[in-house]
Amino acid sequence: MAGTGTAHLRSPEDVLLRVEDLVVEFPTRRGKVHAVSGISLDILPGETLGLVGESGCGKSTTGRAIVQLPRPTSGRVRFEGNDLTTLKPGPLRQLRTKLQLIFQDPISSLNPRRRVRDILAEPMRIWKRGTSAEQQQVVRETLEAVGIDPDSAMDRRPHQFSGGQCQRLSIARALVTEPKLLICDEPVSALDVSVQAQILNLLQDLKERFGLTMIFIAHDLAVVKNVSDRVVVMYLGKICEVAGPDRLYAHPAHPYTDALLKSIPVPDPGIRPSEQGTLSGELPSPLAPPSGCRFRTRCPYAQQRCTTEEPQLREVAPGQYVACHFPLGSTSASPQPVEVAAGVPV
Amino acid sequence: MSSPNGTDPGSAGGATDPFATSGSTATASHRLLEVIDLHTGFKTPRGRVRAVDGVSLTLERGRTLGIVGESGSGKTVLSRSIMGLLPKRNVVREGTVLYEGIDLVTAPAEQVRDLWGAEMAMIFQDPMTSLNPVQRLGAQITEGMRYHLGMDRKTATSNALALLREVGIPEPDRRLKQYPHELSGGMRQRVMIAVALACGPKLVFADEPTTALDVTVQAQILNLLQRQQRERAMAMILVTHDLGVVAGRTDEIAVMYAGQVVEQAPTAQLFANVRMPYTEALLQSIPVLDAPSHSRLQAIPGRPPDLVNPPPGCRFAPRCRYVQERCLQELPPLVEAEPGHWYRCWFPVGSGAPVTVHIGAGEVPADPIPAAVAGDFGGGEQVLPAGGAGGAGGDGDAGRGDPALGGDGSEGVV
Repeated sequence: MAGTGTAHLRSPEDVLLRVEDLVVEFPTRRGKVHAVSGISLDILPGETLGLVGESGCGKSTTGRAIVQLPRPTSGRVRFEGNDLTTLKPGPLRQLRTKLQLIFQDPISSLNPRRRVRDILAEPMRIWKRGTSAEQQQVVRETLEAVGIDPDSAMDRRPHQFSGGQCQRLSIARALVTEPKLLICDEPVSALDVSVQAQILNLLQDLKERFGLTMIFIAHDLAVVKNVSDRVVVMYLGKICEVAGPDRLYAHPAHPYTDALLKSIPVPDPGIRPSEQGTLSGELPSPLAPPSGCRFRTRCPYAQQRCTTEEPQLREVAPGQYVACHFPLGSTSASPQPVEVAAGVPV
Repeated sequence: MSSPNGTDPGSAGGATDPFATSGSTATASHRLLEVIDLHTGFKTPRGRVRAVDGVSLTLERGRTLGIVGESGSGKTVLSRSIMGLLPKRNVVREGTVLYEGIDLVTAPAEQVRDLWGAEMAMIFQDPMTSLNPVQRLGAQITEGMRYHLGMDRKTATSNALALLREVGIPEPDRRLKQYPHELSGGMRQRVMIAVALACGPKLVFADEPTTALDVTVQAQILNLLQRQQRERAMAMILVTHDLGVVAGRTDEIAVMYAGQVVEQAPTAQLFANVRMPYTEALLQSIPVLDAPSHSRLQAIPGRPPDLVNPPPGCRFAPRCRYVQERCLQELPPLVEAEPGHWYRCWFPVGSGAPVTVHIGAGEVPADPIPAAVAGDFGGGEQVLPAGGAGGAGGDGDAGRGDPALGGDGSEGVV
């Protein structure tokens, strides 16, 4: 996998956001952590882009680097004609009101000492939008939009709400500045499955109502499939595969996508969990990522070529792009699984 | 194994009271664990939180039981009360927990301690905080064998090496000298499993063993647990919120809600013939890979009840799509639908009860918010005949576009 390349990008005129060759590295005492290594992606207005992968694959770092928190090591992030990476701090702050983040832990991302009305009004206060009364009106309307009763909620503090309600408050806070792009970083993974469904449905409704564009970052493939128009699968700082969700889940072309799909436990006792197809071993260290294709150390189909040559993203089916020398379902080469030398047995 | 007890005040007419006359089929020699009417409460300034409220279970040797429920359903407190791992202060534990005939509730602390590790072990959710960060892994794995089995250091260490190999840890000799922080989350969980297996327990509790792990590592760990459980013929209680995790890996499942078992059945039977509306709702709220993208999820409106003052009727009634007047008044007893399949509902799934659509219900507020607020959210409710529900609700579309309605929460539609 582990490909670079831009074959999957669309015409720059059509897209709201275009990320080119994004690289994020963190210096440490033991060397450089290659968190994101040359990722390109774009989003059409109104689209939901799903970013999936295991922890450590760089999906959250990508989301944060887009809003320049922190600034990426290199690469370009174009949003509405501006290159965010070269923008001065002042204009960048101003533009960030259109790019809002929603975090995983809804409780710790709200200030516990402040009342809901102040938490939600703060972005408008900072940008001096309207009078105090107008701001309070926006807060009321936004709270109603996320399904919280403003009369009872406005004077409460975050600890008086459940996890699902705090996530609704975080969403409301992100909405008050009228953003164009919402970056949701694991917004439902801290929630119970019944509440998770409520929040996913809410995001879908708000997206339609406010014409939002979304980047949805999650490790749960079923959740990502449910919300996304296009899915990007990441592994160790690189893109493996890009496709529409229905195509991706029905015909995964990258061995990593396939393994991820096979790892998901299915709530059906008729389907015995198989030990085949699931991945062995663990994520290699991002301090010294493998040469060539970064997935090769865990890939059942890895060949000599995978160690020397990094695969580039290429189109294997309409709208489906994969960075693999030997994609699944290809006619040219249908490789047989080979024993992986290293790796943990199980 | 399944013998949930119906010790509810409402176990009345028609409902066979299963436990009054020990309806269990397992013979005493097979029965490893028997929990009878266990109550665990926490004393708080607001009153007693009834975290476990009258749970009965039986587990035979070598069998696996899944305990499923949302956070706050009491599943973790249940497993810890069975083992006796809860603090003494401000905790009230009543009922009977028979492990091979020994009542763990009344047994002296020393006797229970001798059982921990040697006879029953627990694998916790978070391997980082449950392993000692300042002790080498070797010492942590061998501790139990030296204490309980009286092994000398050398034998224990060679056993630890074998264990690490069994749980799939590469370079076991090196690992014995390492500290927990030097391992990844998946590797730490493997070490936790090795610690739990060290003394060859007959019963292992796995409390959300994979919740902190990635999906690929989760599959590895679950496979490992299952293999060890089979090879060693241990009984296992797998506690999780994920029905997907228990579906293919347990003999029997108990679904918990608000401190009570609301449905219990052999795994295949449960999935084939769900009777309890809560179980059904839980299954339907999971996003399924086979469904096309953007299909609307069926959320469960509201939240679990306050366990200090649980509602008088069925505890799931306020969120149930089939709710009737009776459900709000009387607590349904556990009844047996077919041999081994117990459920707690007046109008079980498939009985043709009408469907109540909660229109525009947002999430019902957290406990501290007065009940009056819940009413504000609840909006109107209308009762529809079961057949017509699908069309009337339009899968929650009614809520869309109307700013006053949260949108979700209106998915109580078939």
